[in-house]
Amino acid sequence: MFLRNDLRLLDFMNMKKELWVTALQNGTVIDHIPPEHLFEVVSILGLHKESVGITIGQNLASSKCGKKGIIKIADRFFEKDQINRIALIAPNVKLNVIRNYEVCEKIYIELPDELVDIARCPNPKCITNNEPMTTRFKVLSREESKFKCRYCRRVIEKDDLKLL
Amino acid sequence: MSTKHLVSIKDYTKEDILRVLQEAEEFEKNPNQRLLEGKVVATLFFEPSTRTRLSFETAVNRLGGRIIGFSDASTTSSSKGETLKDTIKMVSNYADLIIMRHHLEGAARYASEISDVPIVNAGDGANQHPSQTMLDLYSIYKTQGTLDNLTITMVGDLKFGRTVHSLLIALAHFKPTFHFVAPKLLAMPEEYINFCKKRNIPYYEHEDFTTEVINQTDILYMTRVQRERFTDIMEYEKVKNVYILNNAMLDKSKETLRVLHPLPRVNEISTDVDDNPKAYYFEQARNGVFARQAIICDVLGIV
Repeated sequence: MFLRNDLRLLDFMNMKKELWVTALQNGTVIDHIPPEHLFEVVSILGLHKESVGITIGQNLASSKCGKKGIIKIADRFFEKDQINRIALIAPNVKLNVIRNYEVCEKIYIELPDELVDIARCPNPKCITNNEPMTTRFKVLSREESKFKCRYCRRVIEKDDLKLL
Repeated sequence: MSTKHLVSIKDYTKEDILRVLQEAEEFEKNPNQRLLEGKVVATLFFEPSTRTRLSFETAVNRLGGRIIGFSDASTTSSSKGETLKDTIKMVSNYADLIIMRHHLEGAARYASEISDVPIVNAGDGANQHPSQTMLDLYSIYKTQGTLDNLTITMVGDLKFGRTVHSLLIALAHFKPTFHFVAPKLLAMPEEYINFCKKRNIPYYEHEDFTTEVINQTDILYMTRVQRERFTDIMEYEKVKNVYILNNAMLDKSKETLRVLHPLPRVNEISTDVDDNPKAYYFEQARNGVFARQAIICDVLGIV
């Protein structure tokens, strides 16, 4: 009796899980997004301007990191350099590329060699804060998250970079 | 061929530095050469700097070039809100070369990405001032006969002084030994200390400015400790007289030692040093014209 109830519960949980994870026929699932950065990811990828079906899950249980955000985007696939734009705020994010209900590719995000038009230089005297222009930061160290502004040449820690 | 610019001293390899210094030497022997005949050079000084502008304009005049430009951005359309991009785009239609100074850091790098004609950076805020570095190097080369294996002592504000940072980077090609003499608050930034470490360049940091250090030195590079750098005025009072060079301190120094200073000086070199043959800061400024003639011809691919 108890066993049957447990199984039913398990079925129910699986069904629920499926609702979140695999109901996409074709598209991209962005998983393991730190909840505090979920909406920044939406903004960086310009998803608020998309007309395709998008499901956003926030504060879902994650075995890896406690809570997570997840975004499912129907019929939309990303180029690697597009997706690397979010590496600065969400370095452990994983992308599942779904085709015909199957995960056909897993993409792990990596920080590009140069951050182009992703962040603002914290130096108020930097030309980039005074002209309408593209910002560029060279990634000096991935481990220590250190960056160098192409223009004012300041070395900047990750926490001092503000996203555009 | 892509357009050649001089934005940062890092744009120059060791060979570039040596080539430009040799050209400067030629210009010193024969300063009036009409190599810029028929050329128009723009000097865009978004931030006023009389000394640097006059030095560049003298260099252009001695080369027979014509000058357009401004010495103060308040009289130009940038004060009406024109972007730097638009100003540079416009001027690069008129001139064969743009020499620019700007109060914002990175302005010259950005201009070099937009301009169809060469850009020479005459200072961009606290960032780069490569022609100053080249005239410093030329002064060292001239007085020591070489750039190799010299002991260079830098004194004063080593934190904010862009001239010492660029000079350090340029000298790294030539096996130097450095002494950094500065109050803790104005010590050489970690970035440059790490730069020395990585290249195995010997360096010594001192808080006291002593004759012991001076007596080992070939080039004594003085800078100004500015009151406005200190948030705590007590701190300034404590150190303001520590980094002053007077004539007696040079008594036992090497015969070949020379004292350099990017100028303007306030009180960090006593006037009694001025008549000592080891004082070189006024000649140093004169060398600026030759170094700038060489830089201009180099970016334009003349000579």
